[in-house]
Amino acid sequence: MGIETKQDQVVVKSLWGDAWRTLRRNRAAMTGALLMAIILLAVTVGPWLSQYAYDFTDWPNTSIGPSLGTGHFFGTDTLGRDLFVRTLYGGRISLLVGVVASVVSLLIGISYGATAGYFGGRLDAIMMRFVDILYAMPFMFFVILLMVFFGRNILMIFLAIGAINWLDMARIVRGQTLSLKQREFVEAAQAQGVGALAILVRHIVPNLLGVVAIYITLTIPQVILVESFLSFLGLGVQEPMTSWGALVKEGSEEMETAPWMLLFPAFLLATTLFCFNFIGDGMRDALDPKDRQ
Amino acid sequence: MLNYFVRRILGIIPTLFVLMALAFFLIRLAPGGPFDSEKVLLPEIEANLRAAYHLDEPLYQQFARYLGNLLQGDFGPSFQYRDLTVTELIMTGFPISLRLGAGAMVFAVIFGVLAGSVAALWQNSRTDYFVMVISMTGISVPSFVMAPLLVLVFAVYLGWLPAGGLGGGSLRNMVLPVVALALPQIAYIARLTRGSLIEILRSNFIRTAKAQGLPMGKILLVHALKPALLPVVSYLGPATAAIITGSVVIEQIFGIPGLGRFFVQGALNRDYTLVMGIVVFYGVLIVVFNFLVDLAYAWLDPKVRYG
Repeated sequence: MGIETKQDQVVVKSLWGDAWRTLRRNRAAMTGALLMAIILLAVTVGPWLSQYAYDFTDWPNTSIGPSLGTGHFFGTDTLGRDLFVRTLYGGRISLLVGVVASVVSLLIGISYGATAGYFGGRLDAIMMRFVDILYAMPFMFFVILLMVFFGRNILMIFLAIGAINWLDMARIVRGQTLSLKQREFVEAAQAQGVGALAILVRHIVPNLLGVVAIYITLTIPQVILVESFLSFLGLGVQEPMTSWGALVKEGSEEMETAPWMLLFPAFLLATTLFCFNFIGDGMRDALDPKDRQ
Repeated sequence: MLNYFVRRILGIIPTLFVLMALAFFLIRLAPGGPFDSEKVLLPEIEANLRAAYHLDEPLYQQFARYLGNLLQGDFGPSFQYRDLTVTELIMTGFPISLRLGAGAMVFAVIFGVLAGSVAALWQNSRTDYFVMVISMTGISVPSFVMAPLLVLVFAVYLGWLPAGGLGGGSLRNMVLPVVALALPQIAYIARLTRGSLIEILRSNFIRTAKAQGLPMGKILLVHALKPALLPVVSYLGPATAAIITGSVVIEQIFGIPGLGRFFVQGALNRDYTLVMGIVVFYGVLIVVFNFLVDLAYAWLDPKVRYG
């Protein structure tokens, strides 16, 4: 028994080790990861280092361009607020929404998919048919409606976006569960009389985490995009709080006179999405031997 | 085939039902009603109004009435535009949105397939990397970032194209919105085409065709492209949904009076019947389009069995 587990571990380790080596060789993914780390560090630490607060209005210096002399590295907006600190602060909100809403969708997706896959049969058929139906819904529109109906607080953003993004996750998790439940360790647990819930929590879900980890790097940019989309329409976070989407909107209104208001947040938003997409692609390639070319 | 067709048609009925039920109950959840205004109405008058709009009936009866009206293309009266019905508003906005969306779709398919094929034919060449980096950019830069940038460069700095408006339907006014809307889709389609074409070009039947000495152009057009385009065909469903969603911001940015702008204005003005109407309208459109795409896929792919 002991030896068997040990051998099993060796096999598992080499699969992940292999994937890690492939990922390390993927220059795009590694550059993405490095850039992402820098952006994360900047949005976390940056706002503390700046001499301006994100909602401080510097009246003598409204709509001035980027300069080192005034301390407004990215310039200021029409209200004289420092864009450097606002862009980093907006990044905090965008990334926070990205991560939290992804976790919400993750929780829904895993519970739904693992339940459908593990119990199978008619329950599975009904649950997946329901997912098929939801797939066809114009969800972006429903999210906009939810934001309008129930106010625009950040909690609502987390829930609304999380609640629409779990469908893919549920499908992937179900597929994995279908194959996992045939494995010996699940059979062994069933033979010992372990309950379904315990098997799901102790044996199925931990084995799903690898797939989930890859998938979440692809979900986070989608969520950031949805949040920016909402903020761009003026339905996301509320002033004086901000996010990249809201900053891009303000910038696009002033771009003829103050292009820096558009360019800095747009650049950071696009770079972040770039990084996540490259990392996600790289991870998928590394763990999916079929696509390796 | 007929069997498959009927089954798929029956399959979209629950989808449409869920869509309409969601619309109906969301609008009931929405705070505020059609008669909220500064003037407080007399109870008798309000009761009369409620009766006129059938709001005094039990909920299931209202839902049945709502469904019945929808099936006849009646989306109810608009809260905001008192003289117009939602149906009339949709019919004013939709032709404009359709022109924009259809333009973007055609543009996306042509350029996406072209770029993807070029990248696949010269796999791992500099051209390939170039196409892939551009398409990654297209995927990563959201259309509401791309659109202002395009305006900044082509309208403000270069002055080649108008920055917005309908311009009486002139083609020059459509260029920037169509391009901004199509770019992410071009990127996705290029990646899909490249991936599947590379796989097809390695398959046995292509090797046989090459061995027989067929010219590469003929192999590509006659043998490789059709199977390679199957993933693109099935992507057309999600692409439509993405273009419709994207048109909401694009119309807002360029000041195009299509359905998307009605939707945003309606949402901000809390014109619930109008926004629900647009959601249902677009939802039905997406469901029906997905159905057509599935049919086309089944017809193109000999491996799909109609059982």
